[in-house]
Amino acid sequence: MYMKKLKKLTRVGLVGYGGYVPRFRIKIDEIAQVWGKEDGKISRGLGIREKSVPDFDEDAVTMAVEAGKIALMRAGIEPEKIGAVFIGSESHPYAVKPSATIVAEALGIGPDYLAADLEFACKAGSAGIQLVAALLEAGQIEYGLAIGTDVAQSKKGDELEYTAGAGAGAFILGRKSGEFLAQIDYFSSFSSNTPDFWRRNGADFPSHGGRFTGEMAYFRHLEEGIKCFLEGSEQKMTDFEEIIFHMPNLKFPLKLGQRLGVKEKQLKQGLIVKQIGNPYSASSLLGLCQVLDKVRKGKKILLAAYGSGAGADILSMRTRSLLLTKRKRGPKLSYFLEQKEEIDYSQYLRKGGYL
Amino acid sequence: MKPIKILGTGMTKFGEHWNKSLVDLAEEAGMKAVKDSNLKLKDLEAIFVGNMLSASVTGQEHLGALVAERLGSKIPAVRIEGACASGAMAVHQACLAIASGHYQKVLVIGVEKMTDLSTAEVNRALMGASAEAEEGVNGFTFASLYALMARVYMEKYGLKEKDLAQVAVKNHAHASLNPLAQFPFKVSLKQVLESPLVADPLKVLDCSGITDGAAAVVLSSRPWTVDNKQISVSIIGNSLISDTLSLSARGEITEQEATRKAVQEALRMAGIKLKEVDLAEVHDCFTIAEIISLESLGFFKKGEAGKATARGETSLNGRLPVNTSGGLKACGHPVGATGVKQIVELALQLRGQAGKRQVKNARIGLAQNIGGSGSTAVIHILERENHV
Repeated sequence: MYMKKLKKLTRVGLVGYGGYVPRFRIKIDEIAQVWGKEDGKISRGLGIREKSVPDFDEDAVTMAVEAGKIALMRAGIEPEKIGAVFIGSESHPYAVKPSATIVAEALGIGPDYLAADLEFACKAGSAGIQLVAALLEAGQIEYGLAIGTDVAQSKKGDELEYTAGAGAGAFILGRKSGEFLAQIDYFSSFSSNTPDFWRRNGADFPSHGGRFTGEMAYFRHLEEGIKCFLEGSEQKMTDFEEIIFHMPNLKFPLKLGQRLGVKEKQLKQGLIVKQIGNPYSASSLLGLCQVLDKVRKGKKILLAAYGSGAGADILSMRTRSLLLTKRKRGPKLSYFLEQKEEIDYSQYLRKGGYL
Repeated sequence: MKPIKILGTGMTKFGEHWNKSLVDLAEEAGMKAVKDSNLKLKDLEAIFVGNMLSASVTGQEHLGALVAERLGSKIPAVRIEGACASGAMAVHQACLAIASGHYQKVLVIGVEKMTDLSTAEVNRALMGASAEAEEGVNGFTFASLYALMARVYMEKYGLKEKDLAQVAVKNHAHASLNPLAQFPFKVSLKQVLESPLVADPLKVLDCSGITDGAAAVVLSSRPWTVDNKQISVSIIGNSLISDTLSLSARGEITEQEATRKAVQEALRMAGIKLKEVDLAEVHDCFTIAEIISLESLGFFKKGEAGKATARGETSLNGRLPVNTSGGLKACGHPVGATGVKQIVELALQLRGQAGKRQVKNARIGLAQNIGGSGSTAVIHILERENHV
C-alpha cells in the first residue's frame, strides 16, 4: 500500500470547543418493546442504555449554534475574526442552501469568511477540522470553525433506530500558539468507494448493508487508516493517553481497540455512546469534547472518525495548560448529559414530527 | 453403473465473500479441483455449472460460457438449475454425460452468490423454488413451509423443539472442525432454543444461513492421474427423482417421496445395501429437514430420527455420522454449491483427508440434495477403492 510521510503541523491548535446534546432521552428497551424484541437483549448487545432525542424545534443547525456558542465562550475571540466555517452533517435542513451561513450569522461571524457545508456520513465534522487546519497552516485565515452536527436519521423499526441520536460538537482552531488549549500535530485520511450506508437524494431515511457496515467498512477503514497515520507520523498507539473512535454502538470501538492493542483506560473517557447513542457527525467529536473536559495538560489524544461511503479521518493533538482555564468558561458536556428528561415512544414520535 | 472417478475436489470458504463475485468464487473452487486432480485445464472436455439464483441476485445468466471464459477455456459449458439441488443435479448430469461416452473428463462447479441482497430479497428469490403461484404469492417463505412440516411432524410423532435443536447442536459441532464452514463454532441447546423465532417452531438456529461459496469436482470415466498413492473415490450410484412443487399436492408432508424413490434407485445402481453406508451428507436446510431426510432415506424408522440424533447416533463418533461438513445448517448453504460441496465432503472423508472431523475407516458415503420443499431429490453414492 502507498504510505506517505505526514507533515507535522507547525502552527495549528484548538482554541475553543463546545459540545451540545439535546435534553430528551429514550431508553433503548422502550424502542425494543415497541418492536416486540426480547427485553434487554438489544440494549445489552449494542451496549447502549438510551439515546438523545431533539425537541421538535431542534435540528442540525440549531444544535450547531448551541455548540458553536460554547466554543466561542471558551475561545474568547471576536466572532468576526473567524475566517472559515464548515458544518459537517448528514441532516442539513436544506438540500440546497448552506447550513454554514445560518450558523455563522447566528454566531456573529462574517461577512468576511469562507462558508461550506460538508457531508461524509459520520465523519463530515472531522473533515471540517482538517480543512480548517490546512487553511491555518497555509496562513489563509486567523481562526476557523468546524462543527459536526446531526439529528441522526433512521427508519422506524430499522436497527439504526436503536442508536440514532442527536448532538453537535464545535471546534475553533487558530494559529497563535499562546491561545492553544491543544496543539494539533498531524492529520490524515483514508478513503475508498465502499457503499455500506447511504441515503439517496430525496429519500427520508438512510439504507445500509447490514453486516457489511462492520468488517469491510468501519473496521477496514479505521484499522488501515490508523495504521497509515501512525506510520506516517512515526507514532504508536501506546503514545496516546486518550483515544476516541467513532461510536456507532459500544461494541465496535471496543472491538477495534482490542485489534489495535488499545487498553481500556485509553478509550474509557470518550465512550459517550452509552448515554446518547450515535449522533452521526457529532459522535467522535462529542467524545473529544468529553475528553477535553477531563484531561490534564500535556496529554496526547488520538481522534479517529469514521464516515460511511467510506473513510476515516485521524488527528493527533497534545493538550496545553490553557485547557484547564479555558474549559471553565463554558458548560461541560456532562451538564448536557445530566440535564436529561426521559420520554416514551409516543413523545419521541411527536418530537420527531411523526404524529 | 460403471463407477465414475472423482479425480479432484475443491471448494472456497463458505460465508460472506464481499470481495469476490460469483465468477471469482466459481474460478477459485474450479481451479482448486483441477489442481487436486493433477490434470491440466486443457485436459478437460466440458464444464457443468450448478447454480440457482445468479439472475435474481447478480443479474448474470449464461453461466456456462461465463465460467469457461474465466477459466480461459472454450470447451462446452452448461448451467444446470434445479433450485437448491442445482449442485447435485449438475454432478448427476455430468455423470450421465460421461456414462454416455461423450466426455471423459469433466469439471463440475456449484456456485452461489447470495449476500449481495437483503435477507428479504433473498427469501423472495428463493421462493422461485416453490410453487410460486400457490405458495409464494400467498406469503409463504421456505422457513414457513418447513415450519408447517415440522408442526405436522411434531403432532404426529411427538417430536419436541429440543429434538429439532439437537440437529443444529450436532451440525455446529461438526462445523467447528471444518475450517471452510461459514459458522465454525459450537452452539448449545439453550442457545438454539432461545434464538429468535423465524417461523414457529423454527428459530434462527434451526435455519441454514445465507451464504456465498463454490465447490467443484473433476469427474472422469477412468483414473487419468499417475499418482498411485492417491486413494481413489468413485460415484457408484446416482439418481434424480421429481415430486410436486406444491406441498399441498403431496399426500404426506412428513416424508419425502422423491428421496425415498431416489435412494432405492441409487442403491440398486450401486449394488449395495443401505446398511453398508458409513456416513451421509443430507439436506438440512432446516433442522426438521434433516430428520425427515434421514427417515425418508431409510436410515431410521418414522418418528425415530430425532431420538437417534439426541442419542448421538448421527454425530461424528456415532454409528452413522451425518453432515460431518457441518451440513447446510453450519457449513453454510450457497444453494447452487451445496450439492457439490456434499460430494466434496464425502470424497475428502473417503480419502481420509477430512482432518479433525475424519470418520475412521469410511468406505461408502451417501449424499442427498433436495430442491424446494422436496420437489427434487438427488442421491449420490460414493465408494472408496483401496487401489487404483
